[in-house]
Amino acid sequence: MSTTTFGRVPAVEPGAATEPSYLTSENTIVSWLFTRDHKRIALLFFVSITFFFFVGGGAATLMRMNLATPEGLLQPALYNRMFTMHGIIMVWFFLIPSIPTTFGNFFIPMMIGARDLAFPRVNLLSWYVFNLSGFVVLYALIMGGADTGWTFYTPLSTVYANGYVFAAAMAVFINGFSSIMTALNFVVTIHRLRAPGMTWMRLPLFVWAIYAVSVVMLTATPVLAMDTFLLAVERFIGIGLFDPRHGGDPLLWQHMFWFYSHPAVYIMILPAMGVASEIIPCYARRPVFGYAGMTIALMSIAILSFFVWAHHMFVAGISIYSGIVFSLATFFVAVPSAIKVFNWTVSLHKGRITFDAPMLYALGFVLLFTMGGVTGLMLATLAVDVDVHGTYFVIAHFHYIMVGATVSAFFGALHYWWPKMTGRLYPEMWARFAAILTYVGFNLTFFPQFVLGYLGMPRRSYTYPAEWQSWNLLSSAGASILAVAYLLPLFYLGWSVFWGRKAGANPWGATGLEWLTPSPPPKHNFERTPAVRLGPYSYDPESDSFVTQEGTRHVR
Amino acid sequence: MSGSARLAPEVQYATLEQQGDTAQLGMWVFLVNETIFFGALIFAYFLYRMTYPHEFAAAARDTVLWCGSLNFVLLLTSSLTMVLAINAAAQDENPRRMMIWLVVTVALGSAFLVVKGYEYYLDYQDKVVPVVHFESKPGEGSAGELFWMFYWVGTGLHAVHLTVGIALVLYMLLWRIRRGEIGPTYYAPLEVVGIYWSFVDTVWLFLFPSIYLLGRS
Repeated sequence: MSTTTFGRVPAVEPGAATEPSYLTSENTIVSWLFTRDHKRIALLFFVSITFFFFVGGGAATLMRMNLATPEGLLQPALYNRMFTMHGIIMVWFFLIPSIPTTFGNFFIPMMIGARDLAFPRVNLLSWYVFNLSGFVVLYALIMGGADTGWTFYTPLSTVYANGYVFAAAMAVFINGFSSIMTALNFVVTIHRLRAPGMTWMRLPLFVWAIYAVSVVMLTATPVLAMDTFLLAVERFIGIGLFDPRHGGDPLLWQHMFWFYSHPAVYIMILPAMGVASEIIPCYARRPVFGYAGMTIALMSIAILSFFVWAHHMFVAGISIYSGIVFSLATFFVAVPSAIKVFNWTVSLHKGRITFDAPMLYALGFVLLFTMGGVTGLMLATLAVDVDVHGTYFVIAHFHYIMVGATVSAFFGALHYWWPKMTGRLYPEMWARFAAILTYVGFNLTFFPQFVLGYLGMPRRSYTYPAEWQSWNLLSSAGASILAVAYLLPLFYLGWSVFWGRKAGANPWGATGLEWLTPSPPPKHNFERTPAVRLGPYSYDPESDSFVTQEGTRHVR
Repeated sequence: MSGSARLAPEVQYATLEQQGDTAQLGMWVFLVNETIFFGALIFAYFLYRMTYPHEFAAAARDTVLWCGSLNFVLLLTSSLTMVLAINAAAQDENPRRMMIWLVVTVALGSAFLVVKGYEYYLDYQDKVVPVVHFESKPGEGSAGELFWMFYWVGTGLHAVHLTVGIALVLYMLLWRIRRGEIGPTYYAPLEVVGIYWSFVDTVWLFLFPSIYLLGRS
């Protein structure tokens, strides 16, 4: 009887009565809170990060309401706390964990044909640690928040700030452990648990993207951990390594912070690139163009991300020569990024394109990523950066990447994999509407900020001269549209869980292993171990057929 | 106890061997991360040391050399006994020899912490605890206090890691081995703990010369 615990023995013959799905196999609260099933843990993470998405969004709503008029609505001190908490929560409690902990957790084992991640208990612990850090950051927020900006620059954060900086820094510190545990699990799983025949060059690009991002998380996060630890010590006892009164160097904080936080930008964007690489071939019905180039580009971005951090510090007092070096290195990142954009675009050529919601989100991702990337090159140029540093131009640029691109990809992934996760189809017209609304609302919110930044409006300012009101009002109006677009899926996806049409195993006619099992999948993913014979994305637009990674051909 | 059922691999693994290899890889990947964690601290330390060479050298002369050196010996020896325990696990069906070596390892690790604690006591007497109990010595300037910040943060974090290591070995002794889960067929958990133990040892290999020896002559 205990032989079922042995690895990859087929539990049920194909075609025989199927096991209950992972959602229905056990129904107690305990079975959820102490689950080791990567799919359930993915859903637990999904609940946590959705909560923080709306907390961070609430702070953003207050900011945009405040900026609708030059006189403002909030006390200046409260405004400072709002943008700080918005940044901290959105970066560490939504964007960084977003795609890896939910879709990565759910689909990495399924895409490589494994029955779970390598270390299921560590995976569960990661969720608990994440929530612990979440409680600490909520404590900091409720007690009054911090007002240092999400970057905690010293000596403001160590000496002069009055808020709950210690709690906020500790939240970031603890949060890092969750990142590290999840990333470690992915790296080891992808190395060791691939199904027979699943070679590295047959991995779906989403798996490659999660691999790349895990490597970055593992190597960058400990530096932030040490940095915030030293900050917390200094804040706690009053003197420390960033304290100029004892010969400490406040710039060291910035160097170490950006050594993590620039790679962190790629932590946020790389999984989104993986999502786009799954969705675009499926809805263009043709293989992704330049698979090998895509994998090389992903890994190059991951590696290059460690050599560009000081481009955040061009006006902080670093030497002009290191400025030149970091500016040049930053331009190099554009090469693999552009390769990816070209490849996604060429993947559409002569495809049989359907504009379903995931595709609309994915195309929105590519367009917004391109906008964010091109303005990133402007900022990488030393002379331009000196002019627009610390203005809304920077805000608009990184929101195009982190919100426009990543959140679009997040919603794209949510729709694309929704039938697999829940066993239900979402209402397509509502979803298309939400996708288009996201794109319109996003551009209306953030494009005016490029203009404002170029006119010279500084970031983190609660007020501005009256002549900039029309641009700010446009931005605030766009934000309200964006809020609707982000709230809509909550309703129609929630509706579809109960009343949506039942989904088959492979509603989109996709090629990956995750589509071989029933929707929702059984507890251990596969009724038999898949044998992989092909790379991903064997779509043929001419005959409208596709071949799964197991080698079976289907005509749609 | 039903040893064979207990020695089944977990559901995501095909064989025990795959499970053991994966566990080891997991620890190595974790240690990459730990290396960068301590690396960031040691990097910052040398940055300041290069900025204030004389002040740091003057402050470093107040460290208790015999405590650091004794601890160096204790910890290096403990890595040897750890490896001997793993060797015994791989060879003997009877866990006796493995358990003896593990007890010696725990004893050496605990002795390190006792010596470290005594050294902290001496440090307190010497007034080198920043903010709490500090007196600037001649030649140190204000940067001397920075040296002691590094000293306390570095040795403190190392001691925390060693405590975790001792807890892990005790978990092996009091739980996994007692339940008969570690033996010649499967000793990967012990090996994983051993890798971690050696890492903690290696950290001291870097901290000891950087803090105690540099510029002492």
